Amino acid sequence: MSLQTSRVAPIIGRATAVAFMLVAIASAANGADIPLDQRRSGYLDLGRDSKAMQDDDTINPATLWVQDGEALWNQKAGAANRACADCHQDATVSMKGVAARYPAFSAARNGPVNLEQRINLCRSEHQQAQPFAYESRELLALTAYVGRQSRGMAIAPPDDDRLAPFVEAGRKLFNRRIGQIDMSCAQCHDDNWGKKLAGSLIPQAQPTGYPIYRLEWQSLGSLQRRLRNCMTGLRAEAYEYGAPENVNLELFLMWRARGLQLETPAVRP
Amino acid sequence: MARPLINVPAKVKRGQVFEIKTLISHIMETGFRFTTTGDKIPRDIVTTFSCSYNGEEIFRADLYPAISANPFFDFFTVATESGTLDFKWTGDNGFAESATAKIVVE
Amino acid sequence: MGKAKPGATRRAVMLGGLAGGLAATIRLEPAHATPERMRVAIRTVVGEASIRKGRVDLEVPPLVENGNTVSLAVSVDSPMTATDYVKAIHVFNEKNPQPNVISVHLGPRAGRAKFSTRFRLADSQIVTAIAEMSDGSFWSASADVIVTLAACVEGI
Repeated sequence: MSLQTSRVAPIIGRATAVAFMLVAIASAANGADIPLDQRRSGYLDLGRDSKAMQDDDTINPATLWVQDGEALWNQKAGAANRACADCHQDATVSMKGVAARYPAFSAARNGPVNLEQRINLCRSEHQQAQPFAYESRELLALTAYVGRQSRGMAIAPPDDDRLAPFVEAGRKLFNRRIGQIDMSCAQCHDDNWGKKLAGSLIPQAQPTGYPIYRLEWQSLGSLQRRLRNCMTGLRAEAYEYGAPENVNLELFLMWRARGLQLETPAVRP
Repeated sequence: MARPLINVPAKVKRGQVFEIKTLISHIMETGFRFTTTGDKIPRDIVTTFSCSYNGEEIFRADLYPAISANPFFDFFTVATESGTLDFKWTGDNGFAESATAKIVVE
Repeated sequence: MGKAKPGATRRAVMLGGLAGGLAATIRLEPAHATPERMRVAIRTVVGEASIRKGRVDLEVPPLVENGNTVSLAVSVDSPMTATDYVKAIHVFNEKNPQPNVISVHLGPRAGRAKFSTRFRLADSQIVTAIAEMSDGSFWSASADVIVTLAACVEGI
C-alpha cells in the first residue's frame, strides 16, 4: 500500500494520495481468509460443562427439538395428507449428508435455498401444507432432526457452478462494514478470532452445529437468527428471515467451513 | 409439544445407587422481564418437580425463577426392586406434565 | 436533619428527621436481591440454627460463558442411611432479582446427596448452598462466580 502511495504521490498530488491511502485502509474491512488448517469449530472454546451438554444427547436440551422433529417427520400433513416419511422413508438413511451440503441450488427458486426453505418448499409443493414460520418450534424441530442425521460428517458444499455468484455475494456481505459500529463480519471473525470482545471470546464463526442450543437464548435457534443477532449487535438493521442476503451469507459461511465436521445440534454460549 | 426426556439405566443391581436425568421443555419465564412497551411479562415457571419410585417420593425440588429454561435435573436413588419411576412437573398457569420410566433391578 | 430538598414530601422530611442518618430525599429501594436479602432468605429456611462451613461441595464454573444457563452441581458428604442423611439442599444467590434458586428435598432413598441443574445468574455474585441434615444441623458452601454478558445480544 505504501509503495503504491509513494509511486502515485508525485503524479496526482499529496492530498489525493492521502485520500487514496485512507480508502485503501478503509477497504481492509476485507479480511484475509483464515488458513484452512487453522480453522476451528467454536466447540473447542466451550467450557467443560457446555461441551458435556453437547456431547451427551441425554442432557442436551436440543434433543427435545430433535424428538419433536422425528414426530413431525412421521406426521401426515397438508391437503395431500402426506408425511415426510411417505416420500423420504427413514430419515436416518435418506437425510444422511443432506444438512452437510446445504444451502443448495433450487431450480424452482433459481438460487440457493437453505435447509429451512427446502423443508418449507417440500411442505407447500408436496404436502400442500402451509410453510412453517421461521424460528417456529416446528421448523426448528424438523431442521434439527434432519441436521442431526449429518452429525459427524464433513461440511460439503455442493460443487455447483450455479452457486458461484451467490457464494461471491455472500463473501462480499461478510466483508462489508455495516451498522453504526461500522464493522464487517471479517474484522472480528477473520482478523480477530481468539481475542476477547467485552469478556466474550471471539469465535471464527464457523457454522458447524446449526441449529444450535444457544445458552443466551435458552432455546434452539437457526443460523439466520444468530446472523441477525450479530447485525443488531453492530447496530445495523438486520436482514429479514429468508432474505437472499441471509441465504447468501449462509452459503458463503458453509463454503468457508468446508471440511469441518458438522455437530448439529450443537451448544454454544 | 415435546415430551420429557428421561434417562435411567436399563438394568441395575439391587442396592446400587443409580443416576436419573430429566429434561423438559419449558420457557421458565421469570416474571422480571419487560416488553419493549414497558409491560411486565408475567411469571410462568415450573414450581415443583418430583420423582417417585414405586409410589414413594425419592426426590423433590422447589424451583424458583432462577432455574434456566428447559429445566434439567440429574439426581440419584438406590435400586430397591424393579418397577416404575414416576416424574411430575407442576407450575404456573396450571402447568402439569408427567412421565414414567421402567427400572429393572436384578 | 439536613435541609429538605425542594419537592421532597413532608413525610420524607419527617422520616429523614427521625432516622437521623438518612438523606432527606426519598431513596428508591433496589428492586433486586442483595447480600442482605440473601441472608434473610437463608434465615427463613434455617431459623436460628448455626450454619457451619463444610461437608457441602458446590460446583459452579468460576467464569460462566453465559449467565442465562449456568451448570450447577451440589453434593454433600453424608452416608445417606436411615438415621444419618441429608434432608434438603437449598441454594441461594446474592444479586438476582430473587435470593432463592432451588430447594431440593432428599431422604435415605437418594443413596447419594448430589444433584445437578442449570440456573441463571444476573451478575457476578456469590452463590451459597446450604444442606439441612437429619440431625437438624446445617452446613454450607459458597462460590464466587464471575458472569459476563454476551458481547452481541439479541436486539429488540
